[in-house]
Amino acid sequence: MKKMKSIILCLLATLLCLLTLVACHGSRGLDAFAMPESFDTSRQYEISFWAKNDTNQTQVAIYKKAVADFEALYPNIKVNLQLYTDYGRIYNDVITNIGTGTTPNVCISYPDHIATYLTGANIVVPLDDLMAHEAYGLGGSKVKFDSPSKEEMIPKFLQEGVIDGQQYALPFMRSTEICYVNKTYVEKLGFTLPKTLTWDFIWQVSDAATAKDENGNYLVNGQNVLIPFLYKSTDNMMIQMLKQKGAGYSTDEGEILLFNETAQQLLYDIADHTQLGSFATFKIVGYPANFLNAGQCIFAIDSSAGATWMGSDAPLVDIPEENMVEFETAVMTLPQFDPDHPQMISQGPSVCIFNKQDPQEVLASWLFTQFLLTNEVQIAYSQTEGYVPVTSKAQKSEEYIDYLSREGEDNELYYDVKLKATKLLLENTDNTFVTPVFNGSASLRNAAGQMIEETTKAVRRKQTVDKLFFDRLYTNMISLYRLDRLGEQTNTGKADLGELPSTAVFLLSALVIAWILVGSYAVWQWVKKKKQEK
Amino acid sequence: MKRIFAVLLVLCMALCIVACTDKFDPAAKSEGVMTYAEYNAAEMDAEVVIEAYVQATQSWWDNKITVYLQDPDGAYFAYELACAEEDAAKLTKGTKIKVTGHKGQWEGEIEIMDGTFEIMEGTWVATPTDVTSLLGTDDLIKHQNKLVCFKGMTIASITYKNDEPGDDIYVNLTKGGNTYSFCVERYLTGPDTDVYKAFADLKAGDVVDIEGFLYWYQGANPHITAVSKVN
Repeated sequence: MKKMKSIILCLLATLLCLLTLVACHGSRGLDAFAMPESFDTSRQYEISFWAKNDTNQTQVAIYKKAVADFEALYPNIKVNLQLYTDYGRIYNDVITNIGTGTTPNVCISYPDHIATYLTGANIVVPLDDLMAHEAYGLGGSKVKFDSPSKEEMIPKFLQEGVIDGQQYALPFMRSTEICYVNKTYVEKLGFTLPKTLTWDFIWQVSDAATAKDENGNYLVNGQNVLIPFLYKSTDNMMIQMLKQKGAGYSTDEGEILLFNETAQQLLYDIADHTQLGSFATFKIVGYPANFLNAGQCIFAIDSSAGATWMGSDAPLVDIPEENMVEFETAVMTLPQFDPDHPQMISQGPSVCIFNKQDPQEVLASWLFTQFLLTNEVQIAYSQTEGYVPVTSKAQKSEEYIDYLSREGEDNELYYDVKLKATKLLLENTDNTFVTPVFNGSASLRNAAGQMIEETTKAVRRKQTVDKLFFDRLYTNMISLYRLDRLGEQTNTGKADLGELPSTAVFLLSALVIAWILVGSYAVWQWVKKKKQEK
Repeated sequence: MKRIFAVLLVLCMALCIVACTDKFDPAAKSEGVMTYAEYNAAEMDAEVVIEAYVQATQSWWDNKITVYLQDPDGAYFAYELACAEEDAAKLTKGTKIKVTGHKGQWEGEIEIMDGTFEIMEGTWVATPTDVTSLLGTDDLIKHQNKLVCFKGMTIASITYKNDEPGDDIYVNLTKGGNTYSFCVERYLTGPDTDVYKAFADLKAGDVVDIEGFLYWYQGANPHITAVSKVN
């Protein structure tokens, strides 16, 4: 009986070990960040900062200077800068590094992307407590630089980093979309630019611009290439059109409303104008700036952060000099369905902080993040493109007001197209909006743009765009972007990692067998000893 | 009987030899597949089906891979072919693939967009065509996407995309008083490759021979795959 009891005990112990191991799978993660009482300056920290630039060397130089200036203030913190020119690549690399526990410390991201990072437990640090901390928070007493207070953050921009009621991202720069117009060609076609652009006006002028001479050259530019209306980010195009129409895109909770009647009607309109040769996209033909500057585009919609590439006198140019054409550039807000109530997207880089085992390292990351909000960094970076600073402290500073007042003084720092784009955003901050952020909102955004891309390509490829086409398109978008599976992963902290991999099963089985053997040997020894005692 | 057997044996051997010497034709196409000339003549946005040999790939990403393809008649650039990660490893140099997609033009580069592929039997590797004398001429574009070489080019400038090694390298090279733009494309030849590292030791004024794919971006913008300094 005793022997039996021992065996059962051994087996139970083995089972317990096994359960413990299995339970670990899927819930392994960091503890939630807890704010240390003070920053330990006796230790050395090395943090990584993954930053995004717009293929703009001045921005690279500003990042480097910010790192150097920060390190001078905090000699015990070393910041390793890694540069990207594409948000998508940052997103992919972060996802990969979440899996290996090697995320950067500080990272430029879109809030949509951060919502996906949040599917892991305690991966991204909530910033509310850090921001409010008396000593190390925004404008804190122990911060070694002139940091903005929370009240000096532009509330609308700050709100964009709130996910599920918590602040997970801080805005770094803000931009919006701008319509860069070849005014010379618009007037040559017999039109006058209205105060506020409308979609009807753009389509009307674009359709008129497709007239050709007997040699196949466009009348308006005398060239054999013309894309009257060229859009860079078609996801923004769809999102803004839907918003202006008051149609659905998604709810705050992540319910998908994109596949609606209004969206379909918009796609039909886009198809009609594509058929006439009036419209194309960046993904299909190339950069709007290159076509605009070559006199091969009349309405180029791109970010205000692309302003330095736009116009005959643009300081940054990507086409051969001999292809540049002289024209007057009008810088206008995005076309509207209701010009009396303009609505445009707010976008631009935000910053998030990844959690680490060492809270001191997180605090070091927070201090650096906060440094990016100082006037010195904010003003310098905003001047590189049509960005606006995210703090009122910077926006109201003498230096920035002076900068804005010098529009057109040169074609570099004071390039008029860039400054006009910046001012349009400053004037329209209250007319900007953002889309709801949830796990999967990045996929929904991709699907919104892809619907325009696919419709445009279908027309160019002489396919029929009808109800059947849209039924197939919607099905494909739902499948491709897994929109029917949104919500399967929630941010409750435990991600479903699926079945155990075969190597793990093998390892665990080997452990069980080993424990059984150990147990059996112990039992055998015990029985043997008892027998000898008898 | 022995004679008959011997004759049969000889016949059999002869047939085997004939079969063995049946020469592999790398330009041969399966039924329904375009020749390079047909592809070249196809309208923009038309559906195209081609067979060609992988000469290089850019790094796989997000279930897509960009492939430099060539056959004895011409070259193709297949942009972001749909590709599972496990299939990316099969696209080794010389592998023959059949690509179905749509012809497109992006910033002057003629490419196959939205393509899918299947792996075929046969291998072939291109040898670089010397197009040095065609620089600055209208004939250069006829070699678009091919593996080409340029001899005796002088380096005018070397610029890293982000001002430091890690991303693309923009290289300006001169020949006959004219300057031409080249690029070490990070996703084709990244910082770990010999060609990427080689540029760390080169400087303006050095004379080099270049090998690469004749990519197009607002004009010729070859993607450099090899560089050697000319003494």
